[in-house]
Amino acid sequence: MAIVFQKPKSLTDVPLHYCPGCTHGIIHRLVAEAVDGLDMQAKTVGVAPVGCAVFAYNYFNCDMVEAPHGRAPAVATGVKRVCPQNLVFTYQGDGDLAAIGTAEIVHAASRGENITVIFVNNAIYGMTGGQMAPTSLPNQVTQTSPYGRDVKTAGYPIRVCEMLSTLTGTAYAERVSVDNVPNIRKTAKAIRKAFEIQKAGLGFSIVEVLSTCPTNWGLSPVESLDWLRDNMTPYYPLGVYKDTTNEGGAA
Amino acid sequence: MSQRVLMKGNEALAEAAVRAGCRHFFGYPITPQTELAAYMAKRLPKIGGCFLQAESEIAAINMVLGASAAGARVMTSSSSPGISLKTEGISYIAGSDLPALIINIQRGGPGLGGIQPSQADYWQATKAPGHGDLHILVFAPNSVQEMVDTVASAFALADEYRMPAMILADGMLGQMMEPVVLPEEGNVTLPEKPWATNGHAGEVRNIANSLYIEAAELERLVKARFERYAEIEEKHSRHETYGLEDAEIVVTAYGATARVAKAAVRDARAKGIKAGLLRPVTLWPFPKKAFEDAAKSAKAFLCVEMSMGQMVDDVRLAVQCKRPVEFYGRTGGIIPTPAEVLAEIEKLAGGAE
Repeated sequence: MAIVFQKPKSLTDVPLHYCPGCTHGIIHRLVAEAVDGLDMQAKTVGVAPVGCAVFAYNYFNCDMVEAPHGRAPAVATGVKRVCPQNLVFTYQGDGDLAAIGTAEIVHAASRGENITVIFVNNAIYGMTGGQMAPTSLPNQVTQTSPYGRDVKTAGYPIRVCEMLSTLTGTAYAERVSVDNVPNIRKTAKAIRKAFEIQKAGLGFSIVEVLSTCPTNWGLSPVESLDWLRDNMTPYYPLGVYKDTTNEGGAA
Repeated sequence: MSQRVLMKGNEALAEAAVRAGCRHFFGYPITPQTELAAYMAKRLPKIGGCFLQAESEIAAINMVLGASAAGARVMTSSSSPGISLKTEGISYIAGSDLPALIINIQRGGPGLGGIQPSQADYWQATKAPGHGDLHILVFAPNSVQEMVDTVASAFALADEYRMPAMILADGMLGQMMEPVVLPEEGNVTLPEKPWATNGHAGEVRNIANSLYIEAAELERLVKARFERYAEIEEKHSRHETYGLEDAEIVVTAYGATARVAKAAVRDARAKGIKAGLLRPVTLWPFPKKAFEDAAKSAKAFLCVEMSMGQMVDDVRLAVQCKRPVEFYGRTGGIIPTPAEVLAEIEKLAGGAE
C-alpha cells in the first residue's frame, strides 16, 4: 500500500507541549517538511529560542542548539561560520526576536548572515503567561497592559519584516499566516524559498508567521483564528517585503 | 626552534591562539584588549579563519557558543565592562558543557571605571562568571611568555572538561612588550568532538542545551559537573614559588602584581628578612594545598593585589586562620611599587619579631 501522508522525518515522534489550538505545531511541521523536501535533515542545525518554542530541540529531528533569550541569531551565526555548508535556522517568537534580541536580529540581517529565521509572531509572551510583547497591538489587553496597550506610554508594535527589509543584507523577507489552508500552503512555500535562498548563499532570510495564542488571548482556537485575521493582518499585512532573487520585487 | 621575538602581550596572545589551532574569533572593541582583536582581524582571514566583529559583547559570546557547539576551537577577548556583558553567555556555555577561551585584559572598575591595569575582576572570574552553580578555569599568567604558554593548555583543558576557560590578565600584561618564544606553527591535533552540533540525523543527532525542567535531572547534571570540578581541583591547580623554603613572610600575588611582589621579596631578602613568594598560576582551581603547606612554617602572609582585596578571601580560606593574612592593594589603575610592598613586608617582619 502506498503511503500518502506521514510525519516528516525532520520531526521527532514525541508529543508537543503546546496548548490546544496553538499554531506552533503547524509551523513546526512546515519547517520540517521544508528540510525534508531539500533532503537536508542530516545537514541541518536548528537554534531554539527562549519562549514557548524553547523545547524545539526536542521536536526538530536534527542537530539543535538552545540559545539564551534573544541570542539565537548570534548563536546561529557562530554555527554557520563554522559550518557554512549546513542549513542553519533559528526559530524565534516575538519577545525573543523583537524585544530582548533586537540587536542580534538586526545585525544578523545587516551582515547578510546566511541563515534563515522563522519568526513566530503571536503578539504576546506565551510561555511566561501572556505579557505585552513588542508586537502586541494598540489597545491589546495583556497581563502587563491590563487596560490595553497605551501607545502613549508603551509605544507602538514593531513591524519586523518592514524594518528588516530596509537592510541591504536581507535577501528575503516574507510575512505569512497559518490561519487557513491557503495561507498554510503559502507559508510552506515561503519557508522552502527561504531555505533555498540560504542554500544558494544569497544571505539573510526571514519568514514571519502570524500565529495564535488561544490560552493567553483568552479565546477559543477558532475565535483566535478570527482574531488574527481581524486584528493582526490589518496591522501586519501579509506579503513579500523583500526578495533579491526577483530584482525589483521589494514591496 | 622558534625564534625569540619582541611582542606586545595582546598580540602574542592572539598569535598563540592561532598556533593552538584557533580559527574563529568573535569580539567587540574595548580598551585595553584592542590589539588582540586587531591582530586577529589581520591574521585569521589569511589562513581561512573567521574574525567577526559583533554588534555587542553579548552577541560575541553567543557567537562563541554557536561556534563551539558546532565543534570549533573558538575564543573571544574583552576587558572588564565587556566581560560583565559576556557573563550571560558564559553561564550558558558552561551549562551546555561547551569549551571556549575567554580573555579578560582587566581594567579598573566598577562601571566604566578606567582603562589602566587592574585586578578587580577576581571575584567575578572565580566566584560568579555567570549565574548558577558553575566554575570556569581561570589562568593568571604573569608575563607575555607565560600568556603565550597558557593559551594552548587553556584550550586543551577546556576541551578535555568541556567547559569555558579564562585567561585573567590585565592592561599591563596586555600592553607591555617582552621577548617571547612562540610555539611552532602547524602540527596541532584538535580533539574529536562527537558531540558537536554540525549536522547529524535521526538517532545520533546532537543537542547543545542548558535547560532541564525536571529539578532532579538538573541536580544530577550539576552534581556530575561538580565531580569533574573536583577532579580538576585535584589535578590541575598550578602555582609557582620563590624563596618559599625558609620564608617567614609569605607574599602572595598573581599576574603582573606577582612580578612587583617578587622584586619586593628579593629586596626584603637583601635586607635579611626571610620573605618568599607564593604565586597562584591558576585562580580556579585555587592552589589551596600550597597555602596549607606554607601555613605550616610561615609566620604571616601578605596578599598584594591591584584591587581592594579579592584573592585575599581565598588566601584566608586556604590558610584557615592558622596565620595572620594581611593585605596590601592599589586600585583604580594604580600599580603598586616594589618599595610599597617592601614597606608592608618590613612592617610584618617587625611585628613578628
